[in-house]
Amino acid sequence: MIRVELPANLRTLAGVGREVQLQVDGPVTQRSVIDALEAQYPQLRGTVRDARTKKRRAMLRFFACEEDLSDEPLDAPLPEPVASGKEPYLIVGAIAGG
Amino acid sequence: MTVSRGRRFGTRYGYLTRMEGLMTKLRLLVGTHKGAFVLTSDERRKDWQVEGPHFAGWDVYHVNGSPADPNRLFASTSRGWFGQVIQRSDDGGKTWNPVGNEFHYEGATTTHKWYDNSDHPYEFLRVWHLEPSLTDPDTVYAGVEDAALFKSTNGGTSWEELSSLRTHKTAPTWAPGAGGLCLHTIILDPTNQDRIITAISAAGTFRSDDRGNTWKAINHGLRSSHIPDPDAEVGHCVHHIAMHPSRPNTLFMQKHWDVMRSDDAGDSWHEVSGNLPTDFGFAIDVHAHEPETIYVVPITSDSDHFVMEGKLRVYRSRNGGNEWEALTKGLPQKDCYVNVLRDAMAVDSAESCGLYFGTTGGQVYASTDSGDSWAAIARDLPAVLSVQVQTLA
Repeated sequence: MIRVELPANLRTLAGVGREVQLQVDGPVTQRSVIDALEAQYPQLRGTVRDARTKKRRAMLRFFACEEDLSDEPLDAPLPEPVASGKEPYLIVGAIAGG
Repeated sequence: MTVSRGRRFGTRYGYLTRMEGLMTKLRLLVGTHKGAFVLTSDERRKDWQVEGPHFAGWDVYHVNGSPADPNRLFASTSRGWFGQVIQRSDDGGKTWNPVGNEFHYEGATTTHKWYDNSDHPYEFLRVWHLEPSLTDPDTVYAGVEDAALFKSTNGGTSWEELSSLRTHKTAPTWAPGAGGLCLHTIILDPTNQDRIITAISAAGTFRSDDRGNTWKAINHGLRSSHIPDPDAEVGHCVHHIAMHPSRPNTLFMQKHWDVMRSDDAGDSWHEVSGNLPTDFGFAIDVHAHEPETIYVVPITSDSDHFVMEGKLRVYRSRNGGNEWEALTKGLPQKDCYVNVLRDAMAVDSAESCGLYFGTTGGQVYASTDSGDSWAAIARDLPAVLSVQVQTLA
Protein backbone atom coordinates (compact mmCIF):
# COMPACT_ATOMS: atom_id res chain seq x y z
CA MET A 1 0.00 0.00 0.00
CA ILE A 2 1.13 3.51 -0.75
CA ARG A 3 1.13 5.90 2.18
CA VAL A 4 0.17 9.53 1.58
CA GLU A 5 0.27 12.33 4.13
CA LEU A 6 -2.23 15.13 3.66
CA PRO A 7 -2.23 18.72 4.91
CA ALA A 8 -4.66 19.50 7.70
CA ASN A 9 -7.40 21.16 5.63
CA LEU A 10 -7.56 18.21 3.27
CA ARG A 11 -7.70 15.74 6.13
CA THR A 12 -10.77 17.59 7.38
CA LEU A 13 -12.29 17.62 3.92
CA ALA A 14 -11.70 13.91 3.36
CA GLY A 15 -12.60 12.95 6.91
CA VAL A 16 -9.34 11.11 7.48
CA GLY A 17 -6.32 11.24 9.72
CA ARG A 18 -2.85 12.46 8.91
CA GLU A 19 -2.07 9.57 6.58
CA VAL A 20 -4.09 7.54 4.11
CA GLN A 21 -3.17 4.28 2.44
CA LEU A 22 -3.84 3.70 -1.21
CA GLN A 23 -3.81 0.74 -3.54
CA VAL A 24 -1.96 1.69 -6.72
CA ASP A 25 -2.02 -0.72 -9.63
CA GLY A 26 0.85 -0.50 -12.07
CA PRO A 27 3.79 1.88 -11.90
CA VAL A 28 3.93 4.01 -8.77
CA THR A 29 4.29 7.58 -10.01
CA GLN A 30 3.05 10.91 -8.76
CA ARG A 31 0.27 10.79 -11.32
CA SER A 32 -0.88 7.29 -10.39
CA VAL A 33 -0.76 8.07 -6.67
CA ILE A 34 -2.85 11.22 -7.05
CA ASP A 35 -5.22 9.38 -9.38
CA ALA A 36 -5.69 6.76 -6.68
CA LEU A 37 -6.11 9.43 -4.01
CA GLU A 38 -8.87 11.14 -5.97
CA ALA A 39 -10.54 7.83 -6.76
CA GLN A 40 -10.64 6.82 -3.11
CA TYR A 41 -11.54 10.30 -1.86
CA PRO A 42 -13.49 12.05 -4.63
CA GLN A 43 -14.08 15.04 -2.39
CA LEU A 44 -10.41 15.88 -2.90
CA ARG A 45 -10.78 16.24 -6.67
CA GLY A 46 -9.61 19.67 -7.68
CA THR A 47 -7.95 20.46 -4.38
CA VAL A 48 -4.51 18.97 -5.04
CA ARG A 49 -4.41 19.64 -8.76
CA ASP A 50 -6.67 21.39 -11.20
CA ALA A 51 -9.50 19.06 -12.18
CA ARG A 52 -9.19 19.82 -15.86
CA THR A 53 -5.54 20.69 -16.54
CA LYS A 54 -4.19 18.34 -13.84
CA LYS A 55 -1.61 20.97 -12.95
CA ARG A 56 -0.44 21.01 -9.35
CA ARG A 57 -1.97 23.78 -7.31
CA ALA A 58 0.65 26.47 -7.03
CA MET A 59 0.76 26.59 -3.24
CA LEU A 60 1.07 22.85 -2.74
CA ARG A 61 4.29 20.88 -2.96
CA PHE A 62 5.06 17.17 -3.13
CA PHE A 63 7.87 15.54 -1.17
CA ALA A 64 9.20 12.03 -0.57
CA CYS A 65 12.36 10.67 1.03
CA GLU A 66 13.52 14.21 1.84
CA GLU A 67 13.35 15.21 -1.81
CA ASP A 68 11.16 17.91 -3.34
CA LEU A 69 9.39 16.21 -6.23
CA SER A 70 7.04 19.08 -7.00
CA ASP A 71 8.49 19.87 -10.37
CA GLU A 72 9.56 16.35 -11.34
CA PRO A 73 7.80 14.62 -14.25
CA LEU A 74 4.47 13.24 -13.06
CA ASP A 75 5.07 9.91 -14.75
CA ALA A 76 8.54 9.32 -13.30
CA PRO A 77 8.70 6.40 -10.86
CA LEU A 78 8.57 7.40 -7.21
CA PRO A 79 11.46 6.28 -4.96
CA GLU A 80 11.38 2.63 -4.00
CA PRO A 81 10.69 3.33 -0.29
CA VAL A 82 7.47 5.09 -1.33
CA ALA A 83 6.50 2.35 -3.76
CA SER A 84 7.08 -0.28 -1.09
CA GLY A 85 5.22 1.65 1.61
CA LYS A 86 8.25 2.24 3.82
CA GLU A 87 8.07 5.99 3.37
CA PRO A 88 5.07 8.26 2.81
CA TYR A 89 4.46 10.54 -0.12
CA LEU A 90 3.91 13.99 1.34
CA ILE A 91 1.46 16.61 0.06
CA VAL A 92 2.43 19.80 1.80
CA GLY A 93 0.85 23.24 1.83
CA ALA A 94 3.35 26.04 1.30
CA ILE A 95 4.02 27.74 4.60
CA ALA A 96 2.99 31.37 4.93
CA GLY A 97 5.48 32.77 7.37
CA GLY A 98 5.50 36.03 9.20
CA MET B 1 -39.85 21.04 10.78
CA THR B 2 -43.10 22.48 9.47
CA VAL B 3 -43.16 24.63 6.41
CA SER B 4 -45.49 27.59 6.67
CA ARG B 5 -48.64 26.64 4.87
CA GLY B 6 -48.27 27.22 1.20
CA ARG B 7 -46.17 30.31 1.62
CA ARG B 8 -42.64 30.78 0.49
CA PHE B 9 -40.27 31.50 3.29
CA GLY B 10 -36.60 31.36 3.83
CA THR B 11 -33.81 33.86 3.56
CA ARG B 12 -34.23 37.01 1.55
CA TYR B 13 -37.72 36.52 0.23
CA GLY B 14 -39.43 35.08 3.21
CA TYR B 15 -42.58 36.37 4.78
CA LEU B 16 -43.68 34.81 7.96
CA THR B 17 -46.73 36.50 9.35
CA ARG B 18 -48.51 35.41 12.48
CA MET B 19 -48.92 31.65 12.49
CA GLU B 20 -51.10 30.55 15.32
CA GLY B 21 -49.80 27.55 17.14
CA LEU B 22 -46.56 27.29 15.23
CA MET B 23 -43.23 27.88 16.89
CA THR B 24 -40.99 30.13 14.84
CA LYS B 25 -37.32 29.36 14.72
CA LEU B 26 -34.54 31.47 13.39
CA ARG B 27 -31.41 30.07 11.81
CA LEU B 28 -28.49 32.33 11.09
CA LEU B 29 -25.88 31.20 8.57
CA VAL B 30 -22.57 32.91 9.19
CA GLY B 31 -19.60 32.60 6.86
CA THR B 32 -16.25 33.68 8.25
CA HIS B 33 -12.62 33.87 7.31
CA LYS B 34 -11.99 30.58 9.14
CA GLY B 35 -15.14 28.51 8.87
CA ALA B 36 -18.93 28.67 9.04
CA PHE B 37 -21.22 28.90 12.03
CA VAL B 38 -24.91 28.15 12.39
CA LEU B 39 -26.75 30.10 15.06
CA THR B 40 -30.28 29.14 16.09
CA SER B 41 -32.90 30.70 18.30
CA ASP B 42 -36.58 30.53 19.02
CA GLU B 43 -38.92 33.33 17.97
CA ARG B 44 -37.82 35.55 20.84
CA ARG B 45 -34.36 35.80 19.29
CA LYS B 46 -32.72 36.41 22.64
CA ASP B 47 -30.80 33.21 23.28
CA TRP B 48 -28.73 31.87 20.41
CA GLN B 49 -27.05 28.51 20.15
CA VAL B 50 -23.79 28.63 18.20
CA GLU B 51 -22.73 25.56 16.23
CA GLY B 52 -19.40 25.39 14.45
CA PRO B 53 -16.95 25.97 13.12
CA HIS B 54 -17.89 23.96 10.08
CA PHE B 55 -15.05 23.74 7.52
CA ALA B 56 -12.55 25.03 10.09
CA GLY B 57 -9.70 26.89 8.50
CA TRP B 58 -11.49 27.53 5.21
CA ASP B 59 -12.68 30.90 3.95
CA VAL B 60 -16.44 30.70 3.81
CA TYR B 61 -17.55 33.50 1.55
CA HIS B 62 -21.21 32.60 1.66
CA VAL B 63 -23.74 30.19 3.14
CA ASN B 64 -27.29 30.30 1.90
CA GLY B 65 -30.44 28.22 2.24
CA SER B 66 -33.02 27.14 -0.30
CA PRO B 67 -36.35 28.95 0.07
CA ALA B 68 -37.97 25.83 -1.41
CA ASP B 69 -36.38 23.50 1.13
CA PRO B 70 -34.89 25.39 4.06
CA ASN B 71 -32.94 22.38 5.29
CA ARG B 72 -30.94 22.42 2.08
CA LEU B 73 -27.99 24.73 2.55
CA PHE B 74 -25.10 25.56 0.27
CA ALA B 75 -21.73 26.85 1.41
CA SER B 76 -18.89 28.29 -0.61
CA THR B 77 -15.58 27.35 0.98
CA SER B 78 -12.19 28.14 -0.48
CA ARG B 79 -8.52 28.31 0.38
CA GLY B 80 -5.65 29.73 -1.60
CA TRP B 81 -3.88 26.40 -1.24
CA PHE B 82 -6.71 24.09 -2.22
CA GLY B 83 -9.12 26.08 -4.39
CA GLN B 84 -12.90 26.03 -4.28
CA VAL B 85 -15.09 23.47 -2.55
CA ILE B 86 -18.89 23.73 -2.52
CA GLN B 87 -20.50 22.03 0.46
CA ARG B 88 -24.14 21.06 0.79
CA SER B 89 -26.23 20.21 3.80
CA ASP B 90 -29.61 18.51 3.59
CA ASP B 91 -30.34 18.68 7.30
CA GLY B 92 -30.17 22.36 8.11
CA GLY B 93 -26.43 22.49 8.66
CA LYS B 94 -25.94 19.55 11.01
CA THR B 95 -23.95 17.59 8.44
CA TRP B 96 -22.28 18.64 5.21
CA ASN B 97 -20.92 16.96 2.13
CA PRO B 98 -18.75 18.32 -0.66
CA VAL B 99 -20.52 18.51 -4.00
CA GLY B 100 -19.26 19.78 -7.34
CA ASN B 101 -16.27 22.07 -7.43
CA GLU B 102 -15.63 22.27 -11.17
CA PHE B 103 -16.33 25.73 -12.51
CA HIS B 104 -15.19 25.86 -16.10
CA TYR B 105 -15.74 28.89 -18.26
CA GLU B 106 -17.56 27.96 -21.43
CA GLY B 107 -15.77 28.25 -24.74
CA ALA B 108 -12.51 29.97 -25.54
CA THR B 109 -10.71 31.89 -22.83
CA THR B 110 -11.67 35.55 -22.86
CA THR B 111 -9.91 38.48 -21.25
CA HIS B 112 -10.72 41.38 -18.98
CA LYS B 113 -8.62 44.37 -18.04
CA TRP B 114 -6.02 43.98 -15.34
CA TYR B 115 -5.04 46.68 -12.87
CA ASP B 116 -2.41 47.99 -15.29
CA ASN B 117 -4.96 48.08 -18.13
CA SER B 118 -3.43 45.08 -19.86
CA ASP B 119 -5.63 42.27 -21.11
CA HIS B 120 -5.81 39.50 -18.55
CA PRO B 121 -7.19 36.02 -19.23
CA TYR B 122 -10.15 34.92 -17.19
CA GLU B 123 -9.19 32.61 -14.36
CA PHE B 124 -11.59 31.04 -11.89
CA LEU B 125 -10.67 31.82 -8.29
CA ARG B 126 -13.67 31.33 -6.01
CA VAL B 127 -17.41 31.53 -5.50
CA TRP B 128 -18.48 34.72 -3.78
CA HIS B 129 -22.22 34.26 -3.62
CA LEU B 130 -24.71 31.40 -3.81
CA GLU B 131 -28.34 32.14 -4.63
CA PRO B 132 -30.69 29.17 -4.46
CA SER B 133 -33.75 29.11 -6.70
CA LEU B 134 -36.93 30.39 -5.11
CA THR B 135 -38.87 27.30 -6.16
CA ASP B 136 -36.52 24.39 -6.88
CA PRO B 137 -34.20 23.08 -4.16
CA ASP B 138 -31.92 21.50 -6.76
CA THR B 139 -31.27 24.75 -8.60
CA VAL B 140 -28.72 27.24 -7.35
CA TYR B 141 -26.77 30.08 -8.94
CA ALA B 142 -23.15 30.93 -8.15
CA GLY B 143 -21.47 34.27 -8.65
CA VAL B 144 -17.75 33.78 -9.07
CA GLU B 145 -14.39 35.51 -9.42
CA ASP B 146 -13.29 36.17 -12.18
CA ALA B 147 -16.75 37.48 -12.79
CA ALA B 148 -19.21 35.00 -14.22
CA LEU B 149 -22.52 33.39 -13.37
CA PHE B 150 -22.88 29.64 -13.00
CA LYS B 151 -25.95 27.52 -12.45
CA SER B 152 -26.50 24.05 -11.06
CA THR B 153 -29.74 22.15 -11.51
CA ASN B 154 -28.67 19.08 -9.55
CA GLY B 155 -28.04 20.40 -6.08
CA GLY B 156 -24.55 21.65 -6.77
CA THR B 157 -23.23 18.39 -8.19
CA SER B 158 -22.27 20.04 -11.47
CA TRP B 159 -22.13 23.62 -12.69
CA GLU B 160 -22.73 25.24 -16.04
CA GLU B 161 -21.81 28.77 -16.93
CA LEU B 162 -24.46 31.19 -18.20
CA SER B 163 -21.73 32.51 -20.44
CA SER B 164 -23.53 35.33 -22.19
CA LEU B 165 -22.85 37.56 -19.21
CA ARG B 166 -19.07 37.03 -19.33
CA THR B 167 -19.15 37.48 -23.09
CA HIS B 168 -21.22 40.66 -22.90
CA LYS B 169 -19.92 43.22 -25.38
CA THR B 170 -18.48 45.32 -22.55
CA ALA B 171 -16.79 42.44 -20.73
CA PRO B 172 -13.30 42.90 -22.23
CA THR B 173 -13.24 46.33 -20.56
CA TRP B 174 -14.22 45.13 -17.10
CA ALA B 175 -11.53 45.60 -14.48
CA PRO B 176 -11.28 44.22 -10.96
CA GLY B 177 -11.91 46.22 -7.85
CA ALA B 178 -9.58 45.90 -4.90
CA GLY B 179 -11.29 42.65 -3.95
CA GLY B 180 -11.01 41.15 -7.40
CA LEU B 181 -13.32 40.93 -10.42
CA CYS B 182 -16.14 39.28 -8.55
CA LEU B 183 -19.80 38.67 -9.25
CA HIS B 184 -21.15 39.15 -5.75
CA THR B 185 -24.86 39.88 -6.04
CA ILE B 186 -27.57 37.71 -7.59
CA ILE B 187 -31.21 38.74 -7.31
CA LEU B 188 -34.00 36.50 -8.57
CA ASP B 189 -37.25 38.33 -9.20
CA PRO B 190 -40.01 36.53 -7.25
CA THR B 191 -42.67 37.83 -9.64
CA ASN B 192 -40.86 37.14 -12.88
CA GLN B 193 -38.85 33.96 -13.17
CA ASP B 194 -37.23 35.19 -16.37
CA ARG B 195 -35.50 38.08 -14.60
CA ILE B 196 -32.09 37.88 -12.94
CA ILE B 197 -30.10 40.87 -11.70
CA THR B 198 -26.38 40.59 -10.98
CA ALA B 199 -23.69 42.98 -9.83
CA ILE B 200 -19.97 42.85 -10.47
CA SER B 201 -17.10 44.77 -8.92
CA ALA B 202 -15.97 46.85 -10.66
CA ALA B 203 -18.06 46.47 -13.78
CA GLY B 204 -21.56 47.36 -12.61
CA THR B 205 -25.05 45.93 -12.69
CA PHE B 206 -26.52 43.67 -15.34
CA ARG B 207 -30.04 42.39 -15.90
CA SER B 208 -31.36 39.46 -17.85
CA ASP B 209 -35.04 39.22 -18.78
CA ASP B 210 -34.70 35.82 -20.40
CA ARG B 211 -33.27 33.59 -17.65
CA GLY B 212 -29.69 34.51 -18.32
CA ASN B 213 -29.57 34.08 -22.07
CA THR B 214 -28.91 37.77 -22.75
CA TRP B 215 -27.84 40.63 -20.51
CA LYS B 216 -28.22 44.37 -20.42
CA ALA B 217 -25.92 46.73 -18.52
CA ILE B 218 -28.16 48.76 -16.20
CA ASN B 219 -25.93 51.49 -14.83
CA HIS B 220 -27.51 54.66 -16.16
CA GLY B 221 -27.31 57.35 -13.52
CA LEU B 222 -24.35 55.94 -11.64
CA ARG B 223 -21.51 58.40 -11.23
CA SER B 224 -18.02 57.23 -10.32
CA SER B 225 -15.24 59.72 -9.79
CA HIS B 226 -12.62 57.35 -11.15
CA ILE B 227 -14.41 57.20 -14.53
CA PRO B 228 -13.94 60.31 -16.67
CA ASP B 229 -17.02 59.58 -18.80
CA PRO B 230 -20.10 60.53 -16.74
CA ASP B 231 -22.24 58.28 -18.91
CA ALA B 232 -19.97 55.24 -18.81
CA GLU B 233 -21.99 52.11 -19.45
CA VAL B 234 -19.74 49.98 -17.22
CA GLY B 235 -16.81 50.37 -14.85
CA HIS B 236 -18.83 51.14 -11.73
CA CYS B 237 -17.86 49.55 -8.45
CA VAL B 238 -21.21 48.33 -7.24
CA HIS B 239 -20.87 46.85 -3.76
CA HIS B 240 -24.30 45.39 -3.14
CA ILE B 241 -27.94 45.58 -4.21
CA ALA B 242 -31.09 44.82 -2.24
CA MET B 243 -34.69 44.39 -3.29
CA HIS B 244 -37.97 43.95 -1.44
CA PRO B 245 -39.88 41.01 -2.91
CA SER B 246 -43.14 42.95 -3.06
CA ARG B 247 -41.54 45.66 -5.21
CA PRO B 248 -39.14 43.95 -7.55
CA ASN B 249 -38.74 47.03 -9.73
CA THR B 250 -37.32 49.01 -6.83
CA LEU B 251 -33.65 48.35 -6.18
CA PHE B 252 -31.36 49.86 -3.58
CA MET B 253 -27.63 49.94 -4.21
CA GLN B 254 -24.62 50.57 -2.02
CA LYS B 255 -22.01 51.63 -4.50
CA HIS B 256 -18.33 52.15 -3.68
CA TRP B 257 -19.37 55.69 -2.87
CA ASP B 258 -23.07 56.65 -3.06
CA VAL B 259 -26.28 54.96 -2.03
CA MET B 260 -28.50 54.68 -5.09
CA ARG B 261 -32.08 53.81 -5.91
CA SER B 262 -33.87 52.61 -9.01
CA ASP B 263 -37.62 52.33 -9.50
CA ASP B 264 -37.49 50.82 -12.95
CA ALA B 265 -35.60 47.59 -12.32
CA GLY B 266 -32.25 49.27 -12.83
CA ASP B 267 -32.92 51.12 -16.06
CA SER B 268 -32.09 54.35 -14.26
CA TRP B 269 -30.62 55.21 -10.88
CA HIS B 270 -30.62 58.26 -8.65
CA GLU B 271 -28.68 58.98 -5.52
CA VAL B 272 -30.36 58.75 -2.10
CA SER B 273 -27.30 59.24 0.12
CA GLY B 274 -28.93 62.35 1.63
CA ASN B 275 -27.65 63.12 5.10
CA LEU B 276 -25.46 60.06 5.59
CA PRO B 277 -22.18 60.98 7.28
CA THR B 278 -20.36 59.07 4.55
CA ASP B 279 -21.90 57.19 1.67
CA PHE B 280 -19.10 54.68 1.29
CA GLY B 281 -20.03 51.21 2.46
CA PHE B 282 -20.73 47.65 1.52
CA ALA B 283 -23.93 46.28 3.07
CA ILE B 284 -27.47 47.38 2.29
CA ASP B 285 -30.80 45.71 3.01
CA VAL B 286 -34.55 46.30 3.09
CA HIS B 287 -36.97 45.81 5.98
CA ALA B 288 -39.01 42.62 5.60
CA HIS B 289 -42.40 44.33 5.83
CA GLU B 290 -41.70 47.96 4.97
CA PRO B 291 -40.40 48.24 1.40
CA GLU B 292 -39.35 51.87 1.91
CA THR B 293 -37.32 51.16 5.03
CA ILE B 294 -33.69 50.51 4.18
CA TYR B 295 -30.47 50.04 6.10
CA VAL B 296 -26.81 50.74 5.45
CA VAL B 297 -23.65 50.72 7.55
CA PRO B 298 -21.54 53.72 6.50
CA ILE B 299 -17.81 53.07 6.33
CA THR B 300 -15.28 55.87 6.58
CA SER B 301 -13.79 55.70 3.08
CA ASP B 302 -12.26 53.47 0.46
CA SER B 303 -8.90 53.85 2.17
CA ASP B 304 -10.22 53.47 5.73
CA HIS B 305 -12.35 50.36 5.73
CA PHE B 306 -13.80 50.85 9.20
CA VAL B 307 -16.73 52.70 10.70
CA MET B 308 -16.42 56.44 11.33
CA GLU B 309 -15.20 57.96 14.58
CA GLY B 310 -14.91 54.61 16.30
CA LYS B 311 -18.70 54.30 16.38
CA LEU B 312 -20.61 51.35 14.95
CA ARG B 313 -23.80 52.83 13.56
CA VAL B 314 -26.46 51.37 11.33
CA TYR B 315 -28.35 54.02 9.39
CA ARG B 316 -32.02 53.60 8.60
CA SER B 317 -34.19 55.46 6.16
CA ARG B 318 -37.93 54.99 6.49
CA ASN B 319 -38.75 56.79 3.26
CA GLY B 320 -36.58 55.02 0.73
CA GLY B 321 -33.45 57.08 1.18
CA ASN B 322 -32.18 60.64 1.55
CA GLU B 323 -33.39 61.00 5.15
CA TRP B 324 -31.34 58.78 7.43
CA GLU B 325 -31.21 58.22 11.17
CA ALA B 326 -28.39 56.64 13.12
CA LEU B 327 -29.23 53.49 15.08
CA THR B 328 -26.79 53.11 17.94
CA LYS B 329 -28.54 51.55 20.92
CA GLY B 330 -26.57 48.48 21.93
CA LEU B 331 -23.78 49.06 19.43
CA PRO B 332 -20.27 50.14 20.49
CA GLN B 333 -19.89 53.91 20.28
CA LYS B 334 -16.25 54.13 21.23
CA ASP B 335 -13.00 52.64 19.92
CA CYS B 336 -14.70 50.43 17.35
CA TYR B 337 -12.93 50.02 14.00
CA VAL B 338 -14.64 47.18 12.20
CA ASN B 339 -16.06 46.81 8.73
CA VAL B 340 -19.32 45.19 7.65
CA LEU B 341 -18.92 43.42 4.32
CA ARG B 342 -21.39 43.32 1.45
CA ASP B 343 -23.07 40.01 2.21
CA ALA B 344 -22.89 40.37 5.98
CA MET B 345 -26.32 41.90 6.64
CA ALA B 346 -29.67 40.13 6.60
CA VAL B 347 -33.28 40.61 7.66
CA ASP B 348 -35.63 37.97 8.98
CA SER B 349 -39.33 37.85 8.23
CA ALA B 350 -40.70 37.48 11.72
CA GLU B 351 -43.64 39.67 12.64
CA SER B 352 -41.32 42.13 14.32
CA CYS B 353 -38.59 42.36 11.71
CA GLY B 354 -35.19 41.23 12.87
CA LEU B 355 -31.92 42.50 11.47
CA TYR B 356 -28.51 40.92 11.68
CA PHE B 357 -25.03 41.86 10.65
CA GLY B 358 -21.55 40.52 11.18
CA THR B 359 -18.31 42.46 11.42
CA THR B 360 -14.72 41.93 10.46
CA GLY B 361 -14.06 41.90 14.21
CA GLY B 362 -16.02 38.67 14.57
CA GLN B 363 -19.14 40.05 16.21
CA VAL B 364 -22.66 39.24 15.07
CA TYR B 365 -25.27 41.78 16.13
CA ALA B 366 -29.02 41.27 16.11
CA SER B 367 -32.00 43.57 16.43
CA THR B 368 -35.53 42.32 17.04
CA ASP B 369 -37.18 45.71 16.66
CA SER B 370 -36.33 46.87 13.16
CA GLY B 371 -32.99 48.27 14.25
CA ASP B 372 -34.07 50.39 17.20
CA SER B 373 -31.85 48.38 19.54
CA TRP B 374 -29.12 45.82 19.11
CA ALA B 375 -27.35 43.07 21.01
CA ALA B 376 -24.28 41.01 20.19
CA ILE B 377 -25.29 37.38 19.78
CA ALA B 378 -21.73 36.23 19.01
CA ARG B 379 -18.64 38.21 19.88
CA ASP B 380 -15.45 36.42 19.07
CA LEU B 381 -15.84 34.63 15.77
CA PRO B 382 -13.28 34.97 12.97
CA ALA B 383 -13.86 37.90 10.63
CA VAL B 384 -17.41 37.63 9.32
CA LEU B 385 -17.76 37.48 5.55
CA SER B 386 -21.48 36.78 5.20
CA VAL B 387 -24.70 36.50 7.15
CA GLN B 388 -27.98 35.00 5.98
CA VAL B 389 -31.04 34.31 8.10
CA GLN B 390 -33.78 31.76 7.69
CA THR B 391 -37.15 32.20 9.34
CA LEU B 392 -38.47 28.71 9.97
CA ALA B 393 -41.67 27.37 11.40
